[in-house]
Amino acid sequence: MIPVAFTYKRAGSVSEALELAAEHGDDAKFLAGGHSLLPLMKLRLAAPEVIIDLTGLRDLSYVTDQGSHIAIGALTRHHDVEHSDVLRREVPLLAHAASQVGDPQIRHRGTIGGSIAHADPASDLPATLLTLDATLVAQGSDGSREIPVGEFFQSLFETALEPDEMLTEIRVPKPAAAGAWSFQKFTQRAIDWAIVGCAVQDGRIGLVNMGGTPLRATAAEAALSDGAAPADAAAHAAEGTSAADDIRATRAYREHLARVLVSRALTEARSRV
Amino acid sequence: MSILGTRVIRTEDPRLLTAGGVYVDDLRTPELDGAARLTFVRSPVAHARITGIDTSAAVSEPGVVAVLTVQDMTDLAPPPPDDGSGGGGGEAPMPLGGPWAEPLLAVDTVRFVGEPVAVVITDGRYQGEDAADLVTVDYDPLPVVIGPDAALTSESLLFPAAGSNVPVTKEAPADDAPFDGCEVVIEQEIVNQRLACMPMEGRATAATFENGKLTVWHSSQNAQLCRLILCMALGMAPEQIRVVVPDVGGGFGAKVGIDRDAIIVAWAARKTGRALRWAETRSENLVGMTQGRAQLHHIKIGGNRDGKILAYRIGVIQDSGAYSRMGGFLPMLTCLMSPGVYDIPAVQAGYRAVVTNSTPISAYRGAGRPEAAATIERAVDLFAAEIGMDPAEVRRRNFIAPDKFPFATKTGALYDSGRYEEALDKVLAGAGYPELRKEQERRRANGDVRQLGIGISTYVEITAADAAAGETAKLEVSDDGTATVFTGSSPHGQGHYTAWAMLVQEELGIPMDKVTVVHGDTDLVPVGVGTYASRSLQLGGSAVYKAAVEVKDEARRQAADMLEAAEADVVLDTATGQWQVRGDPDTSLSWGQVAGHTSGGSLIADVSFTADLPTFPFGAHVSVVEVDTETGKVTLLRHVTVDDAGPVLNPVLAEGQRHGGIAQGAAQALLEEVLYDADGNPLTSTLADYAAITAAELPSYELIASETPTTVNPLGVKGIGEAGTIGATPAIQNAVIDAVAHLGVRHIDMPTTPQRVWTAINEAQKASNQ
Amino acid sequence: MKVDLTVNGKDVTADVEDRMLLVHFLRDVANLTATNVGCDTTSCGACTVLLDGESVKSCTVLAAQASGHEVTTLEGLASDGEMHPVQRAFHQEHGLQCGFCTPGMVMAIVSMLKENPHPTEEQVRQGLEGNLCRCTGYHNIVRAALAAADEEKVTA
Repeated sequence: MIPVAFTYKRAGSVSEALELAAEHGDDAKFLAGGHSLLPLMKLRLAAPEVIIDLTGLRDLSYVTDQGSHIAIGALTRHHDVEHSDVLRREVPLLAHAASQVGDPQIRHRGTIGGSIAHADPASDLPATLLTLDATLVAQGSDGSREIPVGEFFQSLFETALEPDEMLTEIRVPKPAAAGAWSFQKFTQRAIDWAIVGCAVQDGRIGLVNMGGTPLRATAAEAALSDGAAPADAAAHAAEGTSAADDIRATRAYREHLARVLVSRALTEARSRV
Repeated sequence: MSILGTRVIRTEDPRLLTAGGVYVDDLRTPELDGAARLTFVRSPVAHARITGIDTSAAVSEPGVVAVLTVQDMTDLAPPPPDDGSGGGGGEAPMPLGGPWAEPLLAVDTVRFVGEPVAVVITDGRYQGEDAADLVTVDYDPLPVVIGPDAALTSESLLFPAAGSNVPVTKEAPADDAPFDGCEVVIEQEIVNQRLACMPMEGRATAATFENGKLTVWHSSQNAQLCRLILCMALGMAPEQIRVVVPDVGGGFGAKVGIDRDAIIVAWAARKTGRALRWAETRSENLVGMTQGRAQLHHIKIGGNRDGKILAYRIGVIQDSGAYSRMGGFLPMLTCLMSPGVYDIPAVQAGYRAVVTNSTPISAYRGAGRPEAAATIERAVDLFAAEIGMDPAEVRRRNFIAPDKFPFATKTGALYDSGRYEEALDKVLAGAGYPELRKEQERRRANGDVRQLGIGISTYVEITAADAAAGETAKLEVSDDGTATVFTGSSPHGQGHYTAWAMLVQEELGIPMDKVTVVHGDTDLVPVGVGTYASRSLQLGGSAVYKAAVEVKDEARRQAADMLEAAEADVVLDTATGQWQVRGDPDTSLSWGQVAGHTSGGSLIADVSFTADLPTFPFGAHVSVVEVDTETGKVTLLRHVTVDDAGPVLNPVLAEGQRHGGIAQGAAQALLEEVLYDADGNPLTSTLADYAAITAAELPSYELIASETPTTVNPLGVKGIGEAGTIGATPAIQNAVIDAVAHLGVRHIDMPTTPQRVWTAINEAQKASNQ
Repeated sequence: MKVDLTVNGKDVTADVEDRMLLVHFLRDVANLTATNVGCDTTSCGACTVLLDGESVKSCTVLAAQASGHEVTTLEGLASDGEMHPVQRAFHQEHGLQCGFCTPGMVMAIVSMLKENPHPTEEQVRQGLEGNLCRCTGYHNIVRAALAAADEEKVTA
């Protein structure tokens, strides 16, 4: 219930946050909304010695239309992504996916950047950004760089972020047909993490919780672009995945769910055109 | 105008809604100023010998007051040797002693993950976990026994001195003769899975020891039983112990009395002389608080194709967890109630209670009766499916007829009153049963992905099983015209303050806002039994009624004296609360005036009420579910109920109990289960993993009124607290199976998770393809 | 470290451990015990309060993060002795039994109705997915939320 003791530092700017990160190295973790990190710390599964609080960086909370893409500040809360007029119009898939994260209280705190950097394959947003072919902007002591989402998620809870880097922005290209999307999240209870989930947009299919990272259902995508009907393309949805066995579901059941959800998602996305 | 039976919102609420309740961890009483915090060191392994405990690192930390282990328990007398049956042939709701005895802090063996091994006492709350992490315990693992089958077959014994893992056995003779004449005989193994009681407030205790007196604040369902247990455990006399139960955030049977961990807190306060506070975390609660259900049933049901059930056998294996806290009490109740609402000529019921390396089992809302109902209702549906008859019709053909009451069951219960067919008729009408079956047919014919399931349960249950223990009430009317009720009942959400005030207003005409109810403090209510087993209205309420009648009688005597009239001519106008000479309103006396006339200045009646018999509420539920046959996901669309516990004192309170019961019943049918891996590691020890039901999984419920009184108590009432749970679980389980019965599915064990349902559909399809 | 919060309109300043959770700050430092702790995995919602007017689970916010911000707890909801419509609705609709989940439920619903003044029953139920109750079966809690929405509609 109580985290191991740590030193709290509040960052007033991105550069201050990066200085603190450089100073404390492996001993420090960034704190954004805190709803990925603090639960781990309360169970003492994580015990950083220094916490660098980013929640004061309000100028990293924004959603702006940049023409070809939407720029979202890393510290934009799920609640604000969900209710963004810009996103509802231009990338409704992302606005909807954000509305599915946790519960309203969690969405008032959790941030898109925090969720992405935490890289839990069972989270809704990583797979959604994978589907949207987003680009992540990271800032480090050497300046900033752009990381394509396909290179961002490396393994379970591991991303391409260097220890001295922080996410500052997520760039989401506007989909060709914004309305042709679907998000299928299969759970036992509304509050649960996805047992399996999928996001569909522009012929791309992202899978939630089918491996150590969010995955693209590339075999299904190939079948689709070859002209297969949704149900036939979806038959390939589990190929190349490595779903877990746990108390909620076996691997075989997850693979079955992936096929069903992708079929439904492709059908729904089409029907919205 | 009678207030009984009217909708009265609760007097408890304004305080709870504005200032919040005062639960144990909220107490700011001066006696607890500067109290230290107690944190447990618990076993992370399911079965092991303790080969060493090193407290040196913890003890030397700043802020650590003490670290205590069993070595420090030198001030406790060893437990009395006994035959280990706990009295009552092992069927009393008491822990087994002898070779099965449960220690306070672990002695040399741990038998479940979460068992307390040591305590650390720190000045501050936050240091507690830090210090506990510094205590090193060496464990030598022993083979783990998980699940009832393993308990029966494993060579590993939790209590080698006992010689087996089976503390209590009461098997029914396996007589096949009644089944031989049956056209249809079905056997089935049915799981009634282990559940976490999960009150929103976990266990919490505070204790002080000053001048030889121990004061314990504990989140409990009965302060008086806490005191009794503490006396026995700590070797103290009742006058040396005061137990105070403040607001309690839910109990559901798991907070009856005071349990092992809390006794340790009280002991530690006496040992150290420090005021102590303890409030467990949810993770501790999900392994340390007693759990519920955990029965495995083997049933055999036989009957004829005309729908008549002729024979029913049930063998229960009760997983008790590592320590038998209730002997055979729970499975005894299951066997007692096993035939349910049916008039079955031959019933054979027996059980074995086993120990396993898991959390101890105790009462949980229904305590043995949900298990009985779930299984007989499943058995009846299996029978109905086999003979191709509508499950409602099969039930009709087997109900105990309304003119047969009081009805002595083959298992030894005496049902007081019941109108089972009428309950079924009402619920089917309320649900629109024929329309539901038509919709189901339409979806089946269409081959819809989303199929409709309609499940029925008809149930009876036993409330106030310990009727002879009764309940106490002291009613005091003061010379200012106010009344105080000291009740042995112990509300933890049931609204007794409102209900008891209604009874006083009804009998005495003292308005509710002048009635105060007191409970839960052994200094103020030294004798009382408590709130569990749905006993409070029928026993506690009857005690209040009895006390009110006595106060009224005494007041009449006083008023007659004051008015210089004959007692027979003195009447109480309950509409105005005035005593008068009949027909002469000018002679009015107020309650305050009458009370003031007594030598003591108040009218007092101090009573206990016992009933000769328990009572048997009953009902019928219809559940409507939708099953996505591609994924197995179940959605509960509607839940319609008749729950008949006799005259309803306050529909607001009764409905609330029914609602809460339905939700817990649904949770068992659909979602919740405590799971262990083969090494005895709990897999559902946080609320992220234990699938507690939320508002998003439930519909609003449809409740139908039904009131069949009993003659067992003066109020004519039975208990409603657990009925909703008992009726809901089987209706929902049956509905899920009904949704996919046309695909060849006969049975799905609870919880009917999507994976279970999908697997059942798959296996049925494979079987039909062969 | 020193933290400085406004709680129910009053300044509360204290020197606390960096790791102090907001819920414990409220309960043990500000002595406002209505907000309860029901779990340790951010699952149950019993600790829900308003942070700058929005519902949050105070067990998963550091007091340090809330420093400089405004917190509203159940105790701060009534104004001038008048219950808030949500409190009133809970009373009228019997939306509580043991009361332990109630402060969190009430604050969650206050926030929900601010953002969605006229929710459907479905929206109320989805909106309460992060608030557990073991006593009421949720039926009357949902009725209370809808009744409060109606009252605010009438008085708005």
